Amino acid sequence: MSIPLPVFVIIPLMTAFLLPLFGKKGKAAATLFANLATISLLVLAVASIGKSAVYEIGKWSIPLGINLVLDGLSSLVLLAISVVAAAAMLFSTKYMEQYTAKSRYLSLFMLMVAGMNGVVLSGDLFNLFVFLEIASLASYALVGFGCENEELEASFKYMVLGSIGSTFILFGIALVYGNTGMLNMAYISKAIQANGLNAGLGFALALFITGFGLKAALVPFHAWLPDAHPSAPAPISAMLSGVLIKTLGIYAMARVLFNIFGISVSLGWILIVLGMLSMVSGAFLAMGQWDLKRLMAYSSISQIGYMVLGIGLGGLILAKGGDLAWASLAILGGLFHLVNHAVYKSLLFLTSGSVAMSTGTRQLKEMGGLAEKLPVTRIACTIASASIAGIPPFSGFWSKLILVIAAILSGYYWIAAVIVFVSLCTLIMYLKVQRYVFLGELPENLQDIKEHRGSMAFAMLSLTLLCVFMGLLVIVPGLKAIVLDPAVKVLTDGLLYSSNIIGM
Amino acid sequence: MSGMTIIVKTICNWVKVLILLFGLYIILFGHATPGGGFAGGVILAGTYVLIMLAFGREAVEKNLSPSLAGKLLSVGAASFGLIALAGFLFGRDKFLWNFIYQKWPDFKFLGGGTIDLAEFAIGLVVTMSLYLVIFTISVYCRDFKCRDKQCDIPVKEREQN
Amino acid sequence: MLYALCFLMFTIGLYCTVVKKNMVKIVIGIVIMEYAVNLFLIMLGYRIGGVAPIVVEGHVLGNFVDSSVDPLPQALVLTAIVISLGSLALIISICVRTYEKYGTFDITQIRRLKG
Repeated sequence: MSIPLPVFVIIPLMTAFLLPLFGKKGKAAATLFANLATISLLVLAVASIGKSAVYEIGKWSIPLGINLVLDGLSSLVLLAISVVAAAAMLFSTKYMEQYTAKSRYLSLFMLMVAGMNGVVLSGDLFNLFVFLEIASLASYALVGFGCENEELEASFKYMVLGSIGSTFILFGIALVYGNTGMLNMAYISKAIQANGLNAGLGFALALFITGFGLKAALVPFHAWLPDAHPSAPAPISAMLSGVLIKTLGIYAMARVLFNIFGISVSLGWILIVLGMLSMVSGAFLAMGQWDLKRLMAYSSISQIGYMVLGIGLGGLILAKGGDLAWASLAILGGLFHLVNHAVYKSLLFLTSGSVAMSTGTRQLKEMGGLAEKLPVTRIACTIASASIAGIPPFSGFWSKLILVIAAILSGYYWIAAVIVFVSLCTLIMYLKVQRYVFLGELPENLQDIKEHRGSMAFAMLSLTLLCVFMGLLVIVPGLKAIVLDPAVKVLTDGLLYSSNIIGM
Repeated sequence: MSGMTIIVKTICNWVKVLILLFGLYIILFGHATPGGGFAGGVILAGTYVLIMLAFGREAVEKNLSPSLAGKLLSVGAASFGLIALAGFLFGRDKFLWNFIYQKWPDFKFLGGGTIDLAEFAIGLVVTMSLYLVIFTISVYCRDFKCRDKQCDIPVKEREQN
Repeated sequence: MLYALCFLMFTIGLYCTVVKKNMVKIVIGIVIMEYAVNLFLIMLGYRIGGVAPIVVEGHVLGNFVDSSVDPLPQALVLTAIVISLGSLALIISICVRTYEKYGTFDITQIRRLKG
């Protein structure tokens, strides 16, 4: 049975609007309701794996009406969003008791999930923009949720840069509409294939890269991320770093570049250069940080670079007419890294939330020796760190290995060298976290802290298990064929996207 | 803020009914003429702004308290969602389907089918959210813990129109 | 030619956002950018001497399509205006809160975060 696609948007949207009706007394009921919503989304996302569908809203046929498209790439990103959202929601049942307006937090959270699901499913360029704005607006409000000095300032910075990014994207959409007369992605792609790129479309392409680059925090546009992500409450940092920048940035950029405009050699190089810059400078900046969450935020920039690099390398090989197998391998590395990073970075932010809730500080120098005080957090954080640094049995290793193999096979040895080098830097910065947070002397004022168990520990442990076993996704051929290969095929097919949609 | 002079108050008393009616008219005829839920909602919210200017903030606060406005906003947004979901109920697997117009031709005198109902929901959402935005900014946030974060989001619900 | 003026307006907004030090002026810059894009969208659909795109009984559909303006950009602009209204309200409220905390709108003096 096929899943009616609008449920992915309507469930979180309806939940978001029904939650304020519970009022102050029904806080527990509201929390339960929100958790049910995220878990049902997770079930639906798992059920949608391996399917593809086109849904016409209101029974208007495609070029006239709005359509939703589910293909391999969408379902992969949808799965990542649902996993992280379910874990973060579970974590926040306990964690958000520190803040006053919990029901508002829950409804903004659900609004953000609705926006991201919409971005992933939308088959229409303008609707992609609308959902992107819904998700961004909810995240602006959530970053400033604490209403303290730093949070307001970070939120302002994030909002200014985010608004500039959205305006660029809207301008690009206007140019595309003016040049092709279409808003549906498949039909735009068809029109571009028929008439070729002209100056206006080229300018639109530049605007799209800048806009989505701002949303994804690639290095020349990264200034907001290290302020915004640490200022949000921990589950929101997990959502922002884990999935928001990928959905609004990487996914949208890959969709526009590969499936609408068609990848070319110069675009591939642009992506590779942006990715390398992000990787290297993010890693260097992260190593110098002494604030736990800020360090993790900088490392997000560096990890985003891996994904862009993988996708760009695949696109470059495709555009040069190289071997399809290597291109698929590079894109597989990028996309698998996207999923992996969603899991372990959100886990790292959740552990940082747990540490901050227990100790009341985020400064690395004020902590130490928490290993026996916070055993669950310690296990989770260690495994996530090992995973992000690429230590063999854990998930991060496999995606980096695939990227390195793809780079070597296609003859770009220096790219492989940079990947390994940045991986080493990542190892150093997370060893620093381990050293200063969990090992060493326990400070006087932290003698009688205790860990918060229950739902928080459960959320962290389930993500930890995922971290350990995610490697199976590429090792077991059956799983790879179901989950990852369709997503890779969407990007390697490139412009065939339009004929797939119109033919279906 | 205790309000303006007696002249302004009297004129405002006369005019506010007309403005409210005009807003309702715009909402009702949104399917056939320019306008609709958003424009009408803005006009309705404008009425509250006028009263707020003429009589002072407290008069409006007594009439429509912010918490009630927040609840009405959620009701409006949720009912828009229900109208969209009703397409599932009446036609199989047809989200946002205009089921009234397609299924029961007798109701065609209403004009737009579900669009009319949706316009009402959107009008409610827009009125309440704009009212809340202006209210909270006028209060200068001192007594409101983060209320201003909530009020401006669901405006976008109307993009389906 | 008019499109170039739109682009000029867009760059003025961008300049204002990037260069100005006052928070409110930055917000005004963002709004100018958004309006420039909205104006551009409207001008894409406009046709000199066109009629409003509402079908009334008695119209011949072929003539109507030839003489009416394009309604789609208008719908897009309406949505974009609503979105920018929402983000404007949020950013203004953030500015107000920040002014309460710091007593200034000058971003060079609001420097808790750095790096």
